[in-house]
Amino acid sequence: MAQRVAIVGTGQTDHKSHRPDVSQREMIHEAVTRALKDCELSIKDIDAIIIGNMDHFESINYVDTWSVEGSGGVMKPIIKISTGGTTGASLAIGAYYYVASGMFDKVLAIGWEKNSESDTTSAIVTCSDPVWDRFSYSGAIPSLASEASAYMEQYGATQEDAARVAVRDRKNAMNNPHAHLRRPMSLEDVMNSPMLAYPIKLGDVCPRSDGACAVVLAADGVAQKITPKPAWFIASSVRHTYTWFGDSTNYNEGLVSLQRASSEAYERVGIKNPSEELDVAELYLPYTYAGLKYIEALGFCGPGEGARFVGDGHTEMDGKIPVNPSGGVISTNCIGATALLRVAEAAIQIMGKGDKRQVPDANLALATGFGGCFWSDVVILSGDRP
Amino acid sequence: MTNKTVENQRLTVKMETPMPYEWSIGRYGSRFFQEIKEKSRFIGIRCPECNKVYVPPRRVCGPCFKELDELVPLPNRGKITAFSIVNYPFNDPNTGAQRPIPYTYGYIQIEGADNIFSHIINETDLDKIKVGMSVKAVFKEKDEMEGHINDIKYFDIVE
Repeated sequence: MAQRVAIVGTGQTDHKSHRPDVSQREMIHEAVTRALKDCELSIKDIDAIIIGNMDHFESINYVDTWSVEGSGGVMKPIIKISTGGTTGASLAIGAYYYVASGMFDKVLAIGWEKNSESDTTSAIVTCSDPVWDRFSYSGAIPSLASEASAYMEQYGATQEDAARVAVRDRKNAMNNPHAHLRRPMSLEDVMNSPMLAYPIKLGDVCPRSDGACAVVLAADGVAQKITPKPAWFIASSVRHTYTWFGDSTNYNEGLVSLQRASSEAYERVGIKNPSEELDVAELYLPYTYAGLKYIEALGFCGPGEGARFVGDGHTEMDGKIPVNPSGGVISTNCIGATALLRVAEAAIQIMGKGDKRQVPDANLALATGFGGCFWSDVVILSGDRP
Repeated sequence: MTNKTVENQRLTVKMETPMPYEWSIGRYGSRFFQEIKEKSRFIGIRCPECNKVYVPPRRVCGPCFKELDELVPLPNRGKITAFSIVNYPFNDPNTGAQRPIPYTYGYIQIEGADNIFSHIINETDLDKIKVGMSVKAVFKEKDEMEGHINDIKYFDIVE
């Protein structure tokens, strides 16, 4: 019988475009010490560690081995998980499996990236099939731009509709002391920013950040002794679609992996009307059009209704379902940490540690990860022990 | 990146740049390039379980986890389902050099196929390209073909 599992502490760096003041190990160490401090544990209390970042990015592989002085993994069970954009959510879910299995009671999950020390686009291009896809593929932006072009054609969504997502996330980032881009953007700012790949402009897309995030998970009985308000895992779900780009791009069906992952998670917890029942959502929205389309996959509104749902203010801090109080991926994107930050921020909301970005009385929180060929991870956390 | 002869039964793509990798294309993938050279058309493959036709052809249908063997000839025409005009510079890991920009990255539904084919569309003027437009593959001259995805130069809009 599986153990119940909760998040008892989180830590993150103050994310920036360039952290020349720290090495990769040192940056990892910063997030780990902050997470341990948050739950008043020492590294000696940690039974096992799971760490991950993007393959091929900083050109140093086997992070689980070389980073141990930063992670605290010296002579501890440590493994690496790397699943592309979803890496951070996979780290959280892997750590959840670890504790749930009963093998370990206190597990540390660490995600990190130093984008300033990598050639992000070239590295991402190597995730595509070398025979068929690599010659035309040009990294994350154009594949997302293609998705946006199909969505706009299908539902008549406009560049302005999408820009509102950036305006929201960048406004929220002002309340998050850790966020990378803490400068608000107006609708005009987004619309006037340079076109990178139609219809994506600079203001529509996430930055490249240096940063790390660490999360401490603990088993039922242990968690309550560590913190008065643990954030309990009540569901997780992972769905991968195809690896051939052409197979995963029947865009007119919506983001199928997120539809399947979220409906499985909702069913497990008994959520029927997610936008009414969830208190807050930290979503992996790497660009603005995702802020319209992916909330449809999550069932916050119907297909094609994303632009109106966002435009009517339902995803604002005082709306029906506040989305990305942290400022989201459009404000901070240290890629291997990005989806773990979604889970950490959801836990922060449940634990009531959000300060200026806190959604009052948040007790049911959704976090998502997104990656590669349009695959999805979903985590639901609750203040109530399951 | 060359194959000396496309007629070889099992083609590979070889990089001669400082990343010395060699990737097998597989039986049906090789046939795809041979069909282009011999008949100026595409070839796909049908899944016996879900009936989907995949292009390029491959040996396994992922969702059904079934082995495939029914090759299906397909025309070199299709429709644009999504596209993006790439307008920012980046290093191409295939060459080590900067990829020439702008170029249009497109997803094309080949007539008779159920999945989508990714390639380059020969139009970078946003006013002249739209989702839903018909396109036609333009191939290299036969004696220049190398059994490589570049044997398809690009897709031309035909409306």
